[in-house]
Amino acid sequence: MALNPSTLEPQVLRQNFHEILPALTSREAVIEATRCLFCYDAPCTHACPTHIDIPRFIKKISTQNNLGAAKTILESNFLGSTCARVCPVEELCEGACVLGSDHKPIEIGRLQRYATDHVMDKKIDVFKAGKPTAKKVAVIGAGPAGLSCAAELAKLGHTVTIFEKKPLAGGLSTYGIVVFREPVEVSLAEVEMVKRLGVTIKNNVTVGTDISFDELNSSYEAVFLGTGLGNVPNLEIPGENLEGVVDGIEFITQTKTDDLSSIKVGQKVAVIGAGNTAIDAATIARRLGAHVTMIYRRTKTEMTAYDFEYDFAKLEGIEYRFLTAPVSIKGSIFVEGLECQTMQLGAPDASGRPRPEPIPNSNFTLECDMVIKAIGQEKQTNLASQLGLTLEKGYIVVNHQNQTSNPRVYAGGDCVRLKGDASTVMAVQDGKIAAKSIHSSLEGGN
Amino acid sequence: MADLSIDFCGIKSPNPFWLASAPPTNSGHQIHKAFEAGWGGAVWKTIGAPVLNVSNRYGTVKYNGQIIGLNNVELISDRPLEINLREIAQIKKLWSDRAVIVSAMVESTRGAWKNIIEQIEDTGADGIELNYGCPHGMSERGMGAAVGQVPEYCEQITSWVTEFSSLPVIVKLTPNVTDITFPARAAVAGGANALSLINTINSIVGVNLDTFELSPNIGGKGGHGGYAGPAVKPIALHLLSQVALVQEVSRAKMPISGMGGIMNWKDAAEFLLLGASSLQVCTAAMLYGYRVVEDMIDGLSNWLDEKGIGSVNEIIGASLPRISDFGDFDLGFKTVARINQDSCIQCDLCYIACNDTEHQCIDLYRDGELVAAGHDARDNGKHKAISSRPFPVIRESDCVGCDLCHNVCPVQGCIEMVQVPSGREGTTWRQLSSERPEVTQDWDAMKAYRAEIGLDIH
Repeated sequence: MALNPSTLEPQVLRQNFHEILPALTSREAVIEATRCLFCYDAPCTHACPTHIDIPRFIKKISTQNNLGAAKTILESNFLGSTCARVCPVEELCEGACVLGSDHKPIEIGRLQRYATDHVMDKKIDVFKAGKPTAKKVAVIGAGPAGLSCAAELAKLGHTVTIFEKKPLAGGLSTYGIVVFREPVEVSLAEVEMVKRLGVTIKNNVTVGTDISFDELNSSYEAVFLGTGLGNVPNLEIPGENLEGVVDGIEFITQTKTDDLSSIKVGQKVAVIGAGNTAIDAATIARRLGAHVTMIYRRTKTEMTAYDFEYDFAKLEGIEYRFLTAPVSIKGSIFVEGLECQTMQLGAPDASGRPRPEPIPNSNFTLECDMVIKAIGQEKQTNLASQLGLTLEKGYIVVNHQNQTSNPRVYAGGDCVRLKGDASTVMAVQDGKIAAKSIHSSLEGGN
Repeated sequence: MADLSIDFCGIKSPNPFWLASAPPTNSGHQIHKAFEAGWGGAVWKTIGAPVLNVSNRYGTVKYNGQIIGLNNVELISDRPLEINLREIAQIKKLWSDRAVIVSAMVESTRGAWKNIIEQIEDTGADGIELNYGCPHGMSERGMGAAVGQVPEYCEQITSWVTEFSSLPVIVKLTPNVTDITFPARAAVAGGANALSLINTINSIVGVNLDTFELSPNIGGKGGHGGYAGPAVKPIALHLLSQVALVQEVSRAKMPISGMGGIMNWKDAAEFLLLGASSLQVCTAAMLYGYRVVEDMIDGLSNWLDEKGIGSVNEIIGASLPRISDFGDFDLGFKTVARINQDSCIQCDLCYIACNDTEHQCIDLYRDGELVAAGHDARDNGKHKAISSRPFPVIRESDCVGCDLCHNVCPVQGCIEMVQVPSGREGTTWRQLSSERPEVTQDWDAMKAYRAEIGLDIH
């Protein structure tokens, strides 16, 4: 059967896709802020990849100096508003809070959101563009890494142009993070903030196709690549082209950009994968009204999704089928079922995780009318290869200054994340570090 | 259960908790409710001279979302005198086991005081409290603090009252003086049977940062009011101990009713230990209602039981012998801080407090190595942050035992001040001043003395 839009009432859908955590009231924020011990050289600040001076901004909230709090955050992390919503705080700042061991850690994420909302809502610009240096930098990709790099460079007075192949800037914040974690308006407001620093964003421009890299190279003193990753790769199983097999990220994108009532969803959905995108896609399908089963060939221990994501999906009513691998997608035109086989864990593979091995004659068919692929993202090596940059496993190799093998080209974000967790906040830090390096190289050239 | 009953210069009460003369004791209806809640006594809101009140009478100081100070510009009772007198008589009849004390304040003439005393005597009340403390409104009219601040007036009026009254007379003292022992002595000289303190402290609690108006804002104006609540407790405890140690007071075994920021049984116990034999409460009731007395009674009783003390009367003034002054403190007494790393949460607040504001004798160590604060820009994640977090370690040889780290530590029992041998003879500044005066007057002599006793301050 063809997929149909959700049968839930528009009002219910709106409710389901509303930001999950409510904003803190000023009373709640002040009370929570006063609970912070104001640790010296605080572990939360260490744990934050962008090293926001967290106790300092929290102290400012406690004195109702919300502007100062927001500035403290944005100084270290220009996309503090997004990060307040999407950061895996349990693994970062809140996970390191000294009150975590025998109390409740401070709700740093929500306090950060409270402070940054203050300037976003009032459209207050806490930074000005620096004194013009007449140096030009091109940034490719308007995701978190690119925006962060562009903003930091603009603050230093450099002229920055961002080239973005999609119609909207913001990267995954705009297109790939579930709307009930981050409404698209938040991401777009950050984009506007970057623009107000004088950064030019050229949308619908693919570098290498619409404009050659040589052209960029000749008109800009330095280039930053924040090109991210691509689509979900093929499962390489039969039936992949049936109607009803969708890309997890594209599915998430629809909820960011389309009318919720127009999004097509199955009644019984199988999500293949166990990472952040898989969880997001599964919870979206669930909130659109589907019954959702997540299929993963290893166990909960090996999932790349965070524990809090696992718990969240579980609470949403999503069923997990561990040690289960897809074999083929059944159907003639539409998806009619997913044939799976049961796995067992063997010796560790190259990733260090136990290799899943099929158990003979364990095949069964899972009834479903939609299959969402969420088994990671493809590397986009086109541009990097054209430029002759050194790659490792498809990722761009950079040094500690986020400089690539071409000294004029810097890179950051998911496209360099060979090691560690790919996340917005890591991308922001890459952009920041790259901007600093670009700045010192440009200054050095004077 | 410990015996909480008290006999305060003949005024009997089933427990030491009395509502202070203030809005909570404004009427018979209120006091009836308060007694039902368990209060041992009540000091009726001051009756006497006619008054008119204003709107916006209270201002507060908040910290961490909680009120720690309450300021007021309310005057004495604005209800007609005869109504108050009638209700006092009714309440006393209904509640014979509770202490009913009447606070009074009239014009400073013999006749006016004679008149009010006679009327109070007729109600059957247990005692009279003389309000020499009201800091606003009445003081400008020569009453309240205007009396309490001039020992001669204080003595004069007290002697009039004691002449006319057959009831115990309690003189309530104002803290708004340079030396509270003067009015205290004057009250004794005037024949008072007991003292009570503190009345509220002159204060301006705040300015509105949007309008620049004062708090409370009375039609665009404001002024000093009386400050009360938890914030004033340390001041009250100090003044209580000062008064309790006045020779005239202690020799006469004059009871003192203590008040000023008593919010719970722990505060109450501290007042008792420093010489109060009855306790008055206002702010706690004003913020939370009469019900607060339940835990005051329960907590105090449980604490006494735990300590094996049979009666509240056994602890009155028990800490007074410890009140001393700087000149008599033992200069040979030495402590150092010890940090228990098992309970340390590594907030490192002790480190920064010591290093910025004290003697720079706490260091940060990681895996046995001295480290500096800070982190690498590339570090991230809780595991790295937690595993690289240094522990604060005291350099005992340099620790002067100031006690600041112990005070700033958020974990109870984590930092302990441990007494250590100082290697010095016990002595006091007073002894030193008389035996070796040059040491206390001359830096070179002081240096030589320090070298002699092996005291090195870096």
